Amino acid sequence: MQNVEKIDVIVVGAGPAGVAAAVTVARGGKTVVMIDRADLAGSKNMFGGAVYLNSIKDLFPITWEEAPYESYISQNRYSFLTESSSVEINHKTLNYPSAATVFRPKFDAWLIEQAKKEGVFYAPKTTVRALLLDDKRVIGVRTDTEELKAKVVILADGAQSNLAQTLKLRKPIKPKDLILGVKETFYLENSKIKERFNLVGNQGMLCEYFGGLSDDEASGYPFAMGFLYTFKNHISLGIGINTEDLIKMKKTPYELLERLKSHPDIIPYLDDARSIEYSAHTIPEGDFYHMPKLYTHGAMLVGDAAGLVNNVHFEGTNYAIYSGILAGETALDAVKADNASKRVLSAYEKRFKKSFMYKDMKSYRNVVSMLRKMSNSIFLKYPKKMDEFFTLFNMVDTIPKATKFRSFALKTGRAVALDVPKIAKTVLEVLK
Amino acid sequence: MNDKFNKRIIEDKLSHVKYKTDKDSHIIVDEMVCEKCTTKECLYVCPARVYSEENGKIKVEYENCLECGVCKISCPKKAITWSYPESGYGVVYKYS
Ligand SMILES: Cc1cc2nc3c(=O)[nH]c(=O)nc-3n(C[C@H](O)[C@H](O)[C@H](O)COP(=O)(O)OP(=O)(O)OC[C@H]3O[C@@H](n4cnc5c(N)ncnc54)[C@H](O)[C@@H]3O)c2cc1C
Ligand code: SF4
Ligand code: SF4
Repeated sequence: MQNVEKIDVIVVGAGPAGVAAAVTVARGGKTVVMIDRADLAGSKNMFGGAVYLNSIKDLFPITWEEAPYESYISQNRYSFLTESSSVEINHKTLNYPSAATVFRPKFDAWLIEQAKKEGVFYAPKTTVRALLLDDKRVIGVRTDTEELKAKVVILADGAQSNLAQTLKLRKPIKPKDLILGVKETFYLENSKIKERFNLVGNQGMLCEYFGGLSDDEASGYPFAMGFLYTFKNHISLGIGINTEDLIKMKKTPYELLERLKSHPDIIPYLDDARSIEYSAHTIPEGDFYHMPKLYTHGAMLVGDAAGLVNNVHFEGTNYAIYSGILAGETALDAVKADNASKRVLSAYEKRFKKSFMYKDMKSYRNVVSMLRKMSNSIFLKYPKKMDEFFTLFNMVDTIPKATKFRSFALKTGRAVALDVPKIAKTVLEVLK
Repeated sequence: MNDKFNKRIIEDKLSHVKYKTDKDSHIIVDEMVCEKCTTKECLYVCPARVYSEENGKIKVEYENCLECGVCKISCPKKAITWSYPESGYGVVYKYS
């Protein structure tokens, strides 16, 4: 970085969290360098995925046409699969959309361009290998080629969160702390996508798949889900699986993806579709109870690096942006006061605790663990029961309906009754 | 785990992934530790089948790595030394 004389703030990582933090600092008139290990912007990043329009607009006030959005999500589908059946709930809305699909390389590159326009210095193809410490204060970073010093360092390096672990802000990451996502992107003509998913204009769809990855009740269904997103001329199909459950299952992630691809409900979607890319990335589990400390002397953690997500609603990029903004504001205060001590940076945590993110992570604190404990019910038992019910309902034969429904109600009632208290308890916590 | 099936499907998937391959590996396994390992999680958790077994030894095809970081947290014996590839090298996603 020969052309930058004195750096106020270094941001490690140029994903949404890093961009949001860096832009906030630049808007406050301070010198900020944003570093990323990728040569082509965003080329290391992968998600489902859709970004949330309010978070993008809060960062850059732009119109739909100005950003490289693909399709807006006008349709959310929830599909419950057994090996040979599916039951679907489809919600379609013509109201103002809240999310849009994007490809991360294109979208991240665009975010970075906006940041550069506002004065952020961007250093691509630069990997931060370690943090520079003076006693316990973070005073800069060491890259492959040089040492850079700054008053504040913001760690936006994503889910692996290596640097936070070296600072002991986070405990060493264990398999249960990360969800592995694998996906395939397919090329499919826009007209076919619209026909197959019942879409018009620039409408798009997200389908979440419950079940269909295993039918082995004895060894337990993994905490895993499938997803399908539509883009202009592409669809993405993937799965997310808790790494600890993957280890227990002794199956490869790609054979699970292949299993989803070969489900009778999905095969017709992929007819004629050409696979053009395969990718993998991790997602933090987003555990409220193990939220890392968000700051130390001279450094703050944002986005995935801090484990800030709400996986129930597929929220990640918005948490990255909003936490980035809060850390950026705190960094500005620290630079102005010429003091990046723990005491000054603790304002970041205070800001975070006032935000919707903290409130949501807190009220959802037991949701994911409940879902994980109930995997067998949610992903195996209920899809089967739904299939049984509709099969009964739609089967026209000579058995009296009362006989059929009575036996179904008896069996199902008992199975569901056991789960109800657990679900009710967690739902009440969310509402509290 | 049907190994032949797995091998075929991953080879097909990886044929669509773009890489800028470094000449040095960013992944090193401790062979001595692996020799005594009975669970061998690395063989199946890796989404790119970077790890395979050849003549009783763990073979590492680092050039196929998707940089997800799952192997290093899954190895129960901490036998994997994993660092990011040299800046600018490794996987290059376009439609992710
Ligand atoms: C399968 C999957 C599906 C998802 N679906 C959605 C979705 O639909 N909607 C949604 O909102 N979120 C989704 N997410 C989550 C979302 O992708 C993340 O929450 C979000 O990208 C976090 O942003 P970030 O800036 O914190 O980290 P990242 O986007 O991961 O950015 C980190 C950046 O840091 C760089 N970096 C890392 N280490 C270093 C280093 N040492 N030196 C220099 N640079 C470094 C990386 O190259 C990268 O550019 C999904 C995630 C996955 C894996
Ligand atoms: S799991 Fe770890 S110790 Fe076992 S074979 Fe793989 S790398 Fe070696
Ligand atoms: S980082 Fe991911 S893709 Fe690379 S070797 Fe490890 S598990 Fe496989």
